[in-house]
Amino acid sequence: MEAINYLNPTAQMILFSALKIGVVFGVVMTAVAYAVLVERKVSAWIQNRVGPNRTSPFFIDYLPVIGPFLVKLGIFQPAADGLKFLLKEDFTPNYVRKVYFWLAPAITVIPALLTVAVIPFGSNLGSEKMVIADLNVGILYTFGIVSLGVYGIVLAGYGSNSKYPFLGSIRSTAQMISYEIAMGMSVIPIFILTESLNLSDIIRYQAEHGWMILKQPLAFVIFLIASFAETNRLPFDLPESESELVGGYHTEYSSMKFALFFLGEYANMIASAAMMVTLFLGGWTMPFIDALNLPASSLLLGFVHIGVFFAKMAFFMIVFIWVRWMLPRFRYDQLMDLGWRRFIPLALANIVVTALVVALFNN
Amino acid sequence: MSAPAAPSSTLAPVPAPAVPPVETMTVIVNGKTVQVPKTMPDWQGKPAPTTMLQAAKIAGVDIPHYCYHDKLPIAGNCRMCLVEFGTPMMGPDRKPVLNEDGTPKISRSVLPYEPGTSRGAIACATPISPGMEIYANSKATEQMRESVLESLLINHPLDCTICDQAGECKLQEYSVQHGKADSQFVETKVHKPKAVDLGPRIVLDDERCILCTRCIRFTRDIAGDDALGIVNRGSYNTISAFEPGKFDNNYTLNTVDLCPVGALTSKDFRFKMRVWFLKETKSLCTSCGTGCNITTGSREGVIHRYEPRENDAVNGPWMCDSGRLNYRWVGRADRLKQVLRTAADGTRQPVSWNAAIESAALILTQAPQGSVAFVVSARQTNEELFLLKKLATHTGALTDSVAREGEPDRLLVSEDRNPNSNGVRLIGMAFTEFGFNLTKIAEGIAQGRIKTLVVFGEDVTRVGIGPELLAKLDALIVSDILPNATTAAATLLLPGAAHAEKRGTFVNVKGRLQKFQKAVEAPGEARPEWEFLRELVHSLTGHNGYRTIEGLFNQMATEVPAFAGLEWAQVGDTGVTVQI
Amino acid sequence: MSTKVVDRPPLTFYERTYLPAILGGLKVTAKHFADTVFKGNSVTMQYPEERWVVPEGYRGAPYLVKDQDGATKCVSCQLCEFVCPPKAIRITTPGADGLTADRKNAEKMPKEFEINMLRCIFCGMCQEVCPEEAIFLQKDYSITGENRESMIFNKEKLLKLGGTHAGVQKWKNKLEEAQAQETFPVDAQ
Ligand code: SF4
Ligand code: SF4
Ligand code: SF4
Ligand code: SF4
Ligand code: FES
Repeated sequence: MEAINYLNPTAQMILFSALKIGVVFGVVMTAVAYAVLVERKVSAWIQNRVGPNRTSPFFIDYLPVIGPFLVKLGIFQPAADGLKFLLKEDFTPNYVRKVYFWLAPAITVIPALLTVAVIPFGSNLGSEKMVIADLNVGILYTFGIVSLGVYGIVLAGYGSNSKYPFLGSIRSTAQMISYEIAMGMSVIPIFILTESLNLSDIIRYQAEHGWMILKQPLAFVIFLIASFAETNRLPFDLPESESELVGGYHTEYSSMKFALFFLGEYANMIASAAMMVTLFLGGWTMPFIDALNLPASSLLLGFVHIGVFFAKMAFFMIVFIWVRWMLPRFRYDQLMDLGWRRFIPLALANIVVTALVVALFNN
Repeated sequence: MSAPAAPSSTLAPVPAPAVPPVETMTVIVNGKTVQVPKTMPDWQGKPAPTTMLQAAKIAGVDIPHYCYHDKLPIAGNCRMCLVEFGTPMMGPDRKPVLNEDGTPKISRSVLPYEPGTSRGAIACATPISPGMEIYANSKATEQMRESVLESLLINHPLDCTICDQAGECKLQEYSVQHGKADSQFVETKVHKPKAVDLGPRIVLDDERCILCTRCIRFTRDIAGDDALGIVNRGSYNTISAFEPGKFDNNYTLNTVDLCPVGALTSKDFRFKMRVWFLKETKSLCTSCGTGCNITTGSREGVIHRYEPRENDAVNGPWMCDSGRLNYRWVGRADRLKQVLRTAADGTRQPVSWNAAIESAALILTQAPQGSVAFVVSARQTNEELFLLKKLATHTGALTDSVAREGEPDRLLVSEDRNPNSNGVRLIGMAFTEFGFNLTKIAEGIAQGRIKTLVVFGEDVTRVGIGPELLAKLDALIVSDILPNATTAAATLLLPGAAHAEKRGTFVNVKGRLQKFQKAVEAPGEARPEWEFLRELVHSLTGHNGYRTIEGLFNQMATEVPAFAGLEWAQVGDTGVTVQI
Repeated sequence: MSTKVVDRPPLTFYERTYLPAILGGLKVTAKHFADTVFKGNSVTMQYPEERWVVPEGYRGAPYLVKDQDGATKCVSCQLCEFVCPPKAIRITTPGADGLTADRKNAEKMPKEFEINMLRCIFCGMCQEVCPEEAIFLQKDYSITGENRESMIFNKEKLLKLGGTHAGVQKWKNKLEEAQAQETFPVDAQ
């Protein structure tokens, strides 16, 4: 450990960044896997079913009571799912546009993972800040990267060279572009208030002045709904809508390529949830408890902060999952109407009002 | 098509005897007035008074019947053809009684002792009279049919599930159309002998027989072998052979076709395939020069039976048993299926069709004029012979064919056992007498003048060109269907197709040009000869065209004088007569 | 053709916020969630351990049956082969000198009878059309095999799986009837 101190700052930075990237990547992947499990379980319960309850690795036999319980919860299901995706035949139909067909899953999953880079998922562990890249323009970076995700879907639809994927990708393009505008505008009041684009600064501001959700409820609602649309989740899952487009843009995909789309969708959910926690729920902070509101002074507190962040994120994940069974799919025109005629004007009004209030009261 | 007006036209001028003006009379069938001739040809072709059944047929109405057959003497014993009818009423002054509107008054025929009930007449044997009205679908007619069917079924076993006739059984068909579902007869059925061995090719189920006597009349009057008869009385009537097991003339299987029910069945076809699976293809029998018209019944590439197809210019509705049963070789396992070429080291190797055609073309172009000879079979089609003739002319070759003869009979079988001898002659591949050039060819090979021999469909080792002569050849190009000594010696072996596997035309012994259609696919690499001959002719002479059998035929018609003016489409299913 | 246009009731402002729909959805889903998790009210059947009771008239796999004397009922009439929509049935006929029926008087039975269970759509047409009551759709619904060949059931297998179906023995009856009549001594095969 001592050796670290002898390294020059750049080398230290690279080392710790690599470490953080590795850990965060691992955590996000595990989170995705378990998000899928939670989705399946919660869906099952809401529909009076039991959900996955069969996967039991060999060592379960040595765990009395707890083992069967874990099996019943489907704890090992994600491993089986992953293995299945890896072992399935990777089928490429011969009429597809090969390059785009192969590129699309990667383009979907990479931006989803990249957004996580700027999210401060804890205060600090020792002297290391718990964010991979503490960018000054964090939020701009996020929006920039997120908007790349749409290319994956467009290319999947175009590359598949078949009608359902094509329709799916056309819908998705329009939908994502529309809701990105609303989403982007909904957060501007936050920057007006915090006077910073750095996500760590935003968290610090919330620790001092209270959570943003209280000050900007309208922005929160718009952001929340827009993130459903951005992640193609019900009630806005028109690009995939199984009942009319088979599987939408990923109809022609199988095996690991399909898994990448799947991964991308859940990674996107996680990123959105993290973003909402950061922007509106004070990130890793907890009000009224000083120890939790200030950067961690000990290793233990550091972990507690991370735990708080994850708990908040998990809440949003559950919301994402639950809403799927609550609301039916919107019609395409309703979706567009909602985006352009409701949310964008509301977000604009919110910006103006916030700006006016700030201008009037701060001076 | 405008036929060439020149007197040189070889289209046989159909001998048109001065047709006497046909005397007609008017009858009314189901309310439709038709003019029908007073007499029509009977089963022997002699004029006989027109019957109600014939008149109805002219009016487009089919009257159900069992015992009647237009090529057999009328028996009138099944009563299926009963119809209600009426005749113009005559006044005491022998003048027709008229209705108020001036139409003749019709009196329906009724039972003399029961004037309220219609009295039918059997349409197959009742001559028409002027002004007669035939009610082929009146209520009374339908009732008569219902009763006749009910009585035919009194002792019928209803074996349909194991009866080979099911699917083409007139008893089934009429029962569905005119019968009723239940019977008044509760008595136990009379049981008769089943699966009786009538002869080497025929099994009889007496229970199913409806005693129409078609089989008896055919064997007695057409085949001239009075072998069948009815024995016992009443419900115990049974068909029986004079000498059981000895019903064995060469036409017995026609009784199976004639039998409207499943009483007479073919041993060959017995329990083999249900008729509703069979694809029917119009074809020709190739077993002799008569060229009987046949229908090939095949399922999924396997031929199951031949049946005669009516053509009054050739075979009428009959065919001989030997021709009918001569189909199994088409599906033989040892059919030639591979294109083979003898390599430089003397072994025979499979080659592609393209390579084979190329080497054949090379052999024939490099051969000096006069060093090639052709022996072609009179079993090849005209189109193939025409292409072979082109090759022979191109190489200045000697050509001949092989005669195949047997005992003729008085009905159909011809002395000439080749289906297309006249085609060979008309196209000019052999003289009238086959075999004239064969000796010359054998000599030529022995003397080393002839170095290349092309054989199509014949085994030349059996006609004087033995293996030792074949060994002296530089090249022996052989196309055949089944292996023989000649195919074994071939340096280039081109597997050909049986007639059921291709389309083409034959000219029969009487000069009838007839075409046949393809029923099944050729096995393995075997191809219709005209297809690869066309390619060969093309690579040799650069001549193009005739990609289809139609085009090839039409081309042949312009080049072969005997076929001048013909077109494929014009040669109907029953053929045309050409000058031989 | 008359189309009836039904007016949609105008939504109130509250309804247009989607809030009642969301709350309603939340209520329903929460109730089901609680039911399943806390009361254990799940509708799932734990398949291989628990099995459903196959109802009468269920159309499972078609099998051939034997009569009460243990004889093959099928007479190779090929009606089922003809009627089968996906052409799952393939019968090899006995031919004139081939197999005779294993019960008297029926004259023939199939030399081979194959049903391709992968092609079969369990429509029941074969059972409907069979004039001999020789084929029945039975209760097997889970038919598996390790390769395509093993899913083609042959006559032996079909007869074994099919079991016995007692019914009218029409060939036997006909034979007895005939034997009772002395006119023609019947020499049944
Ligand atoms: S003759 Fe006709 S009706 Fe009689 S058993 Fe045969 S098919 Fe059936
Ligand atoms: S065997 Fe057939 S053709 Fe001969 S009388 Fe009987 S039904 Fe007629
Ligand atoms: S159930 Fe239907 S599909 Fe299956 S074998 Fe019978 S007829 Fe054919
Ligand atoms: S199962 Fe029935 S329908 Fe099928 S061939 Fe046998 S007897 Fe005929
Ligand atoms: S057809 Fe006229 S009585 Fe038989």
